[in-house]
Amino acid sequence: MTRAPRPAPLTGSQLVDEYFIENRTRLLEVAAFLDRLDRTDPPCADTDFRMKAFAEAVDALSAGGDRVARIQLLLSDPRTGPLDALDRKSALGAYDRWAKEARS
Amino acid sequence: MKYIDHHAHMVSRTTDDYQQMALTGCVAVTEPAFWAGWDRSCADSVEDYFRQLTEFEPRRAAQYGVQHYSWLAVNPKESDDRVLSRAVLERIPKFLDRPTVLGIGEIGLNRVTRNEIATYTEQVELAIAHEQLILIHTPHLEDKYKGTTISVDVLRRYPEIDPQRVMVDHAEEHTVEMILEHGFWAGLTLYPQTKISPQRAVDIIEKYGPDRICVAGACDWGPSDPIAVPRFAMEMKRRRHPEALIAQVVFDNPVRFLSQSPKFKLPALTPDAAPARVG
Repeated sequence: MTRAPRPAPLTGSQLVDEYFIENRTRLLEVAAFLDRLDRTDPPCADTDFRMKAFAEAVDALSAGGDRVARIQLLLSDPRTGPLDALDRKSALGAYDRWAKEARS
Repeated sequence: MKYIDHHAHMVSRTTDDYQQMALTGCVAVTEPAFWAGWDRSCADSVEDYFRQLTEFEPRRAAQYGVQHYSWLAVNPKESDDRVLSRAVLERIPKFLDRPTVLGIGEIGLNRVTRNEIATYTEQVELAIAHEQLILIHTPHLEDKYKGTTISVDVLRRYPEIDPQRVMVDHAEEHTVEMILEHGFWAGLTLYPQTKISPQRAVDIIEKYGPDRICVAGACDWGPSDPIAVPRFAMEMKRRRHPEALIAQVVFDNPVRFLSQSPKFKLPALTPDAAPARVG
C-alpha cells in the first residue's frame, strides 16, 4: 500500500504547547474515575472484565509505539469466526477474554 | 469551507440541524438506511422509511440549500432477522431508479452472526446485480476488528467488485489499514464517544495521507454531532494543515467517491434552486 503521510507542520514543542492542558485534563479524568471506583466498590476493578481490559490499556499507555491501535486490539474480540446466534444487539466496549466460553 | 457529509442519518435530526449544517458550509448529505433504535415489525414499515428517505428528506434538506441523497439496505442491526431481511431485499430494487438513491448501504455486520453474514452477502450480490455503489457499516467497539475483517473477506470473494466503488465506513486505527490496502475507500465517522474523534481522525490523515479517506458526522439519534465535519476541519487548521488538504478531505474526496454514481451532481455545478416547502 503506497500512502503519502501528511505529518502535522507543528514541532514537538508546539504540539505540547497546544495540547498539553486538554490531555492533562483527560488524564485526571481517568485517574478520578479509577479512584471513584475504588471508593465505591474496590473489588470491581479486579473482577469486571471491562475494568480488567481497561487496566491493561492503561499499562499500554506507558509503552512506546502505536498505542491507540494496540489499545483498540486489547479491547477487541480476538476470535475470527461468527456467532452461531444473536446474543444481544449492543457492544459493551471490551471483549470478555476471561469468560469461560472465551477460554474454551 | 464547503463540505459534504457522506454519512448523516438526518431523519433522526431536527430541521434546526439542517440549518446549522448549512450555516457551517454543508452543501450535500448522503443518508444510509439505519436502524430506528427498535426493530421494525415488517417490510411495509421499512418501505415507508425508504419513501421518507427518497421523497420527504430531500425536500426538507433543500429548504436550506443542502442536497440530500440516500443509500438503501437492511441495516446490520436488523439483518439477523432473515425473514424481514429477505422481504426487504425483494422491495429494494424498485427504489433503485429513484433520482437520489446512490447505492446499497449501509450494509454489514453488527454482532457478526451467521445470519448477519448471510444477509450482508445477499446485499453485496444485490449491489453487484444492479451495479450500485456500496456503503459498508463496520461493527461497534469490541466487534469492529472481527467484523471488518469478515466484511472485507466477503467482498474479496467477488472479483467483479471494483474496490474503488466501495466505502468501508466507521474505520478506526486498528481497521483503516486493512480497508485501504485492499483498495476500498475508508470512512471515518466522527463521534463524541463510541467511534473516532475529530482529533484522532486528523491523526489518521497525518499517518496515511488523504487519498481514499472521507469523514462524516453520522448525525444519528444517539450522541453525535451534526457539525462534526467542521470540527474536524477546525482541528486540521489547529495543526496548521493547509486549506487545500482540508478541502480535499471534506469536499473533493466525497465528490470523487460519490460521483461514481451518475445521479450525484457536483454541488458547485448545480444551479441554485428555489427552496422547496415542506408540509
